[in-house]
Amino acid sequence: MEPGEIPYLPRGVRLHHDRVRDTWVLLAPERAVSLDMVGHAVLSEIDGARSFGEITRALAARYDASPDQIAADASGFLRALRDRRFLEVQA
Amino acid sequence: MKADPANVRPPIAMLAELTHRCPLSCPYCSNPLELARQETELDTETWADVFRQAADLGVLQLHLSGGEPASRRDLEPLVTAARDAGLYTNLITSGIGLTERRLRALDAAGLDHIQLSLQGTTAQMADMIGGYRGGFDRKMKVAEWIGAVGFPLTLNAVLHRQNLHQLPRAIEMAVEMGARRIEVATVQFHGWALRNRDAMMPTREQAREADAIVAEARARLKGVLVIDYVPADYHSDYPKRCMGGWGSTGLVVAPDGQVMPCHAASTIPHLTFDNMRDTSLAETWYRGGAFQAYRGTDWMQEPCASCERKTVDFGGCRCQAMALLGDPAATDPVCIKSPHRAELTAQADAHAVAGSDLVYRVMPRDKVSEPAD
Repeated sequence: MEPGEIPYLPRGVRLHHDRVRDTWVLLAPERAVSLDMVGHAVLSEIDGARSFGEITRALAARYDASPDQIAADASGFLRALRDRRFLEVQA
Repeated sequence: MKADPANVRPPIAMLAELTHRCPLSCPYCSNPLELARQETELDTETWADVFRQAADLGVLQLHLSGGEPASRRDLEPLVTAARDAGLYTNLITSGIGLTERRLRALDAAGLDHIQLSLQGTTAQMADMIGGYRGGFDRKMKVAEWIGAVGFPLTLNAVLHRQNLHQLPRAIEMAVEMGARRIEVATVQFHGWALRNRDAMMPTREQAREADAIVAEARARLKGVLVIDYVPADYHSDYPKRCMGGWGSTGLVVAPDGQVMPCHAASTIPHLTFDNMRDTSLAETWYRGGAFQAYRGTDWMQEPCASCERKTVDFGGCRCQAMALLGDPAATDPVCIKSPHRAELTAQADAHAVAGSDLVYRVMPRDKVSEPAD
């Protein structure tokens, strides 16, 4: 994931609070992905307007972590979602 | 693992078979041999209640299926009810019975995703397999409308000896249609399909070739098209982890309200099923006899009971053990550890070279409803 890329959730993919299991999940075509706190934090920032770089800087500030570390952690997770076509990017 | 209700986790997915009516007559139809009649189908309000109970129980994913779900005139209000219940709502359809207007209405109702079946990549093949002339051309039109509305699309290509050579084209078509995903599903021989094994069993060479085509396409189309693959069952070494484990993640509601652990469970004669008309979904899921019967691992015989894979594939498919061995608690004969595996391999090879006409699933035509437009 490049810092300038703008990630967004395509139609048919959405965050959902699972009230029965009290956890957040990403609902996608014929899949439900359980999210840990990091996954939920990253996906909650994705709004289709801000770039990956802006998102990682915001998360770094909020969690008092280095932007590079956040970017490294989030990048693998988002890459896996892109491979499943659960996430798209605007160039 | 005990089948104590306290250890049972909530289901994730529900398959709602809205109707068994269908304009197609596919020789591998997965509906039971005894079809639910139209007059026994749950009405709109009862289905809406089923959806609410499912969401309360923990279901996240709802698959609206059939038969052909578009044969229900109330499909649009059913989708509204499913979304109101908070369910991710997927329509599994042949496309027959859908119009552009209906698709726009389903969009307005909040439908999340469509899975479109593909019987072949040419009109000649698709209409021959589906037993419905004009079906392929209509399906291509429906695919265009799906794209125009913008629904996320999965193409579901059902493959067997007669059309496995069309797999590369099916993958191309999925890309051309803008599908994000294709299911490449080799026919599972259950129910009606059992009588078509001579006509449809793939050869071992075909099965190997399909493995290679899928592996190549997955690498080439990474990030473009997700390929979920169900390989040829009789040519595999280990059985399918059917339903992710009996009564562990999913359930099926039949058109008449019967609740089953899998869509073929009615082929196991000793099971009785609770019905949504008189038992709550939670009661059925946690305590229903059919769900408890093969839940966990306590029911297993050897070689499953001492097998290190017993929680990987849960002994495979109970319905297949029933159909082929007459014992639903036996190891799925597909497993290389089954004492019946050699016999199954010989049978598969014999089916694969046998010539036979297709035996179509003939439906009572008079009750099939189609939209007027």
